[in-house]
Amino acid sequence: MAEVAVNSAAGTYARQQDRSRALRWFNLTDTTFRLASLSAAVFVLLLLGGIIISLIIGAMPAFQKFGLNFLTVQRWDPNADIYGALAPIYGTIVTSVIAMVIAVPIGLGIAIFLTEICPPWLRRPIGIAIELLAGIPSIIYGIWGFFVFAPVLQQTVQPFLINTLGQIPGIGNLFAGPPYGIGILTAGLILAIMVLPFITSISRDVFESVPPVLKEAGYGLGCTTWEVVTKIVLPFTRIGVVGGVMLGLGRALGETMAVTFVVGNAHRISASILAPGTTISATIANEFQEAVGDLYTSSLIALGLILFFITFLVLAAARYMLMRLDQKAGK
Amino acid sequence: MAVSTLYKGRHRRNNVALSLCIAATVFGLIWLVIILAELVWKGVGGLSLSVFTHLTKGPGDNGGLLNPIVGSLIMTTLGTVIGTPIGLLAGTYMAEYGQFSKLTIVVRFINDILLSAPSIVIGLFIYVVLVAHGVGHYSGIAGAVSLAVIVIPVVVRTTEDMLTLVPVTLREAASALGMPRSLYLWNVAYRAASAGLVTGVLLAVARISGETAPLLFTALGNTLWSTDLLQPMASLPQVIFNYAGSAYTDFQQLAWTGALIITFVVLMLSISARMIVAIGGVKK
Repeated sequence: MAEVAVNSAAGTYARQQDRSRALRWFNLTDTTFRLASLSAAVFVLLLLGGIIISLIIGAMPAFQKFGLNFLTVQRWDPNADIYGALAPIYGTIVTSVIAMVIAVPIGLGIAIFLTEICPPWLRRPIGIAIELLAGIPSIIYGIWGFFVFAPVLQQTVQPFLINTLGQIPGIGNLFAGPPYGIGILTAGLILAIMVLPFITSISRDVFESVPPVLKEAGYGLGCTTWEVVTKIVLPFTRIGVVGGVMLGLGRALGETMAVTFVVGNAHRISASILAPGTTISATIANEFQEAVGDLYTSSLIALGLILFFITFLVLAAARYMLMRLDQKAGK
Repeated sequence: MAVSTLYKGRHRRNNVALSLCIAATVFGLIWLVIILAELVWKGVGGLSLSVFTHLTKGPGDNGGLLNPIVGSLIMTTLGTVIGTPIGLLAGTYMAEYGQFSKLTIVVRFINDILLSAPSIVIGLFIYVVLVAHGVGHYSGIAGAVSLAVIVIPVVVRTTEDMLTLVPVTLREAASALGMPRSLYLWNVAYRAASAGLVTGVLLAVARISGETAPLLFTALGNTLWSTDLLQPMASLPQVIFNYAGSAYTDFQQLAWTGALIITFVVLMLSISARMIVAIGGVKK
């Protein structure tokens, strides 16, 4: 009897030992896991901070030498060690604007087709195809644009533009000069093809967030599909659509490899969009490996800093708008 | 009569607008077909065993793409191995420990910006940190780290999304059994969301295997055989970039073939990622 009591007392003690050991273990793993995940989350923030700080450090020599003139001078002359970023900044903005002018209406059109017109069985395959288009690496667009697209443009579209629009006084200057094939317009067109899937898939998601009740109410009043789209879907999703478009713009501004192949890499600002030009990303990609001298390298990093600054503003605005739409949809 | 013209007008406008939408879709899809067709057309001709077994050589020497392929494999693998745990943990924090904290909102915002940040800028960042200072010269490890920086936001995003999809009832059941959060995450949440998490990693791999811009000034490229991470390393996208711009037709042919290989790999990765999600992103 006594033995049993002693045994069970020992058993209880051992069980308590086990339990407290297990609890300690639980606490330890939980604390470790929490701290590890917390530091990983903080690391993401540090990453952004690191990018900004390291680019500022790298760009310092160029900004010290040229000051704000770096942004306003067009001359880019490695031989004289004088660098001005105006031509790449201009090229980046113009190619992106061309891309958006073409891709936004088409992207919205596809999104409307997918959400309102498309038979349900076709929705998924087309959606996937569009997303695959988004997954193709940009260098593929570049090599295709350089060997296939640009020569075709040179022989067909560009002579046509020069002979028609180019003859009109005023806007004719935009389409003047010989058909080079490569140039600002070609880069803009390639970018349009590249950002199309981004704009499409975001606008589709945004359109799908419209409560069916609203659309049904519209149809119940006798609206046509187009009227439902323009009077109900678009007003309801306005912020989200703008957000999606700006996300596409962010992509277009920073896109490198596709543009590098077809933009022509000429450091000058021409009135004609058929002429070769350059963009910030193309300049960096083309010249960085050959850049000799600290000032040259530093100027290229300064270009990168400007690019990051522009895209940061655009992307932050885009995310802010998409977040507001989510709140509106009650997510 | 007036009503009927009004009706006809509205109907006509509707038809015109919707036809334009259909035309836009056809237009968008045509590019996919054209680009892929052209890629196969130009790339298949150069596809032979020597592409995979020969090193890059001078023009006209019947060179292959062996060292760039191996370099790409090494740097992509290493980039994924470095980036995935960080992304996974950060995503876990956002979905679990810091679900309601302000930090999560900030991290989500910053992460979304990193997700679309120009990859060339990330290349410059790693150049300043590792090439100009850390290692001191161009190296394979710098290339892998720049790829890891691209992997992190992709994995963070999918991890957070997938973990929030795990049903609350599973968590409640685990808590009722006395499981601490770490055990719940490890034994319940990660398992339930495993397919979704794998998808995130696959998408990240697809994204970095075609990345060119950040490798240009981190790994630089190497015409010789080298698996030393501290030395410059060749990669497939970088060789395509250099070869496509060259004047030699056999180099251009190799560039097309390399482009075909990369596109095939990337498309396979994204298609399998999508299939995994379709089969079961999060088990419920």
